[in-house]
Amino acid sequence: MDLLIRNGRLVDPGRKIDTVTDILVRDGKIRKIGQVDSQDIPVFDAAKLIVAPGFFDIHVHLREPGTEEAETIATGGQAAVAGGFTAVAAMPNTKPPNDNPSMTHYIVSEAKRSSPARVFPIGAISKDQKGETLAEIGEMYEAGIVGISDDGKPVMDAQLFRRALEYAQLFDLPVIQHCEDLHLSKGGVMHEGVHSTRLGLKGIPAAAESTMVSRDLILSQMTGGKYHVAHLSTRQAVEMVRQAKASGIRISAEVTPHHFTLTDAAVAEYDTNAKMNPPLRSEDDVAAVVAGIRDGTIDAIASDHAPHHINLKMLEFDRAPFGITGLETAVGLAFTRLQLPIERMIDMFSLNPQKIMKVAPWGIFEGSPADLTILDPARKWTFDVVKTRSKSRNSPFHGWELTGKAVATIVGGKVVHEEKRL
Amino acid sequence: MLTHKDLLGIATLSREEIVEILDTADSFQEVSSRPIKKVPTLRGKTVINLFFEASTRTRTSFEIAGKRLSADVVNISASTSSVSKGETLIDTARTLDAMAADCVVVRHASSGAPKTLAGLTKASIVNGGDGAHEHPTQALLDAFTIRQRKKRLNDLKVAIIGDIAHSRVARSNVHLLTKFGSHVWLCSAPTLMPVEAKNLVGPENSQYLHVTHSMDEAIKDADVIMMLRVQFERMSESFFPSVREYFRYWGLTRQRVEKAKPDVIIMHPGPINRGVEIATDVADGPYSVILDQVTAGVAVRMSVLYLLLGSHGSTD
Repeated sequence: MDLLIRNGRLVDPGRKIDTVTDILVRDGKIRKIGQVDSQDIPVFDAAKLIVAPGFFDIHVHLREPGTEEAETIATGGQAAVAGGFTAVAAMPNTKPPNDNPSMTHYIVSEAKRSSPARVFPIGAISKDQKGETLAEIGEMYEAGIVGISDDGKPVMDAQLFRRALEYAQLFDLPVIQHCEDLHLSKGGVMHEGVHSTRLGLKGIPAAAESTMVSRDLILSQMTGGKYHVAHLSTRQAVEMVRQAKASGIRISAEVTPHHFTLTDAAVAEYDTNAKMNPPLRSEDDVAAVVAGIRDGTIDAIASDHAPHHINLKMLEFDRAPFGITGLETAVGLAFTRLQLPIERMIDMFSLNPQKIMKVAPWGIFEGSPADLTILDPARKWTFDVVKTRSKSRNSPFHGWELTGKAVATIVGGKVVHEEKRL
Repeated sequence: MLTHKDLLGIATLSREEIVEILDTADSFQEVSSRPIKKVPTLRGKTVINLFFEASTRTRTSFEIAGKRLSADVVNISASTSSVSKGETLIDTARTLDAMAADCVVVRHASSGAPKTLAGLTKASIVNGGDGAHEHPTQALLDAFTIRQRKKRLNDLKVAIIGDIAHSRVARSNVHLLTKFGSHVWLCSAPTLMPVEAKNLVGPENSQYLHVTHSMDEAIKDADVIMMLRVQFERMSESFFPSVREYFRYWGLTRQRVEKAKPDVIIMHPGPINRGVEIATDVADGPYSVILDQVTAGVAVRMSVLYLLLGSHGSTD
């Protein structure tokens, strides 16, 4: 299968490349970078577009097995490539959870069969995600996991988390924590602050996140484990991560687009699509998160794509489940809200996620898999949730006008998604 | 006449609208003292009391209010425990609209549930208390009682004492009284005060809102003391150590009442816990207007139903 990507602006900050060139793809791999005379090769015209190494969303929920009415590996994969992602890392909180190698095998093989995006499973830290005993981390690693997490739930037991950090070093796997002290957050449905007080909704204090981050940082330092903070949302947590990095602790952090875009004011109308965990935080937290993105404290942008069937999101605010979809809006929101230099965008969406998950090789060079995200930073578009590829529609960004989009996605040399040309 | 379809909270009402509701209630108060306690104003209108949370006094008050205006009143007690996937508020809303209800009074344990319903129904929604959000008719009947006794709603010192964090009554009263320029003192155990309580109202009225944990400070020279019900289940969550200790610091005793103005009135939304938040001799004493509040409740709810339904004819 051949493809000639013509006249694109190739940007690979990992190799310090930023040049307009042609890329020849053969058998799913990049064969040649430089001017190519095409004869009888299908051409993808990338003039005025940016060709970037494939974007990798390291935090998604594909819901399969167990909750296929909300999402499947196939539909989640379609949403991923529609949003510009060539790869996703799937959180293990399925039903049953991915806490053993046969489940990991299932996800890997089902993804190969049905998903246009590459799917890298994340294994559970503990059996049944109960936070009691370690899951079969080594066997899941052999089957293909790229990290471990009890996401959706934190590991409250400090001893167990210490052991996870120690044990995972055998495989150099990141230990990904959903940072939330369950005692502090108990019963909470939104950020604790002036809005929760006005709305009469039980709050989740910022301290529920930051106290756990601080505990985990101490344990990371003690064990030398590879610690990754999922969906960081508070000023205190950003500041602690910044400090920990300065003192040389092995740590990385991700942020979601909704946490740098929206504040807890979005809950005002009791919109269940403004309900997620961690919750939308205060303006001050959002400012701190954005500063953390700009100065490199935060390594990656991940969507925390969390599809839920509409029947559940139609419930009262305090009864509805946490989470929103995000695969198709992440890149557009990042372009629109952050306006980062293009190299930083690519770092946060592609190279850093790859470094955190150690999925290799990555980047655009002769011989690498042709996994490419084609970007148009000037493209104006409106997100229409009715047209989403996800099975679920729980997004607060319906009708948002955004500037900047992934206009095509190439996985293994195959154009798996392409926007209409303007 | 109210321009809103619904009455969801005090926060979104203007002073003029509140005064109109109270003035109209004044005229309805008289109906309740007649031998034949009925006027034909809402004949042919259907009011549904949809209560997802147990309530005797509020539901009965709305029922009597509707019946004295000749509306047909239907009570539905829906159990929230049966709410699960497929049985949503939206289905409830569609069902009630299909029955051509003109007004639905909603009581719900979830904050925001009446707001969600209001967006889905043609019927007027009256918030009969939602979670820890608002209980607008309670604040209106409290204001009615205060105005009756004090002849004004401005320049008063009102102490609201008890479980502020979980109280919709406190929130609605704060919105109403600060709008009129009365000083509201919120007083509770530190564990039962919501974060940023001082900012419960917007900056335009925050000068009238004060927060303290000292009951003596709250009560000193108060014109009105409003006690809130303490829920015993809060004790098991360690909001306070014991009922005895609670009463010691935040219980209303005769000695404490003496620190207020001589003509202080003592209010309580009911039902009261004698010996928990209020001493029996205070609850039954001369300052207490607790039963006047109940009487005012019927008149105020008649006024609300009339202003939402009566003026619009058959269409809205």
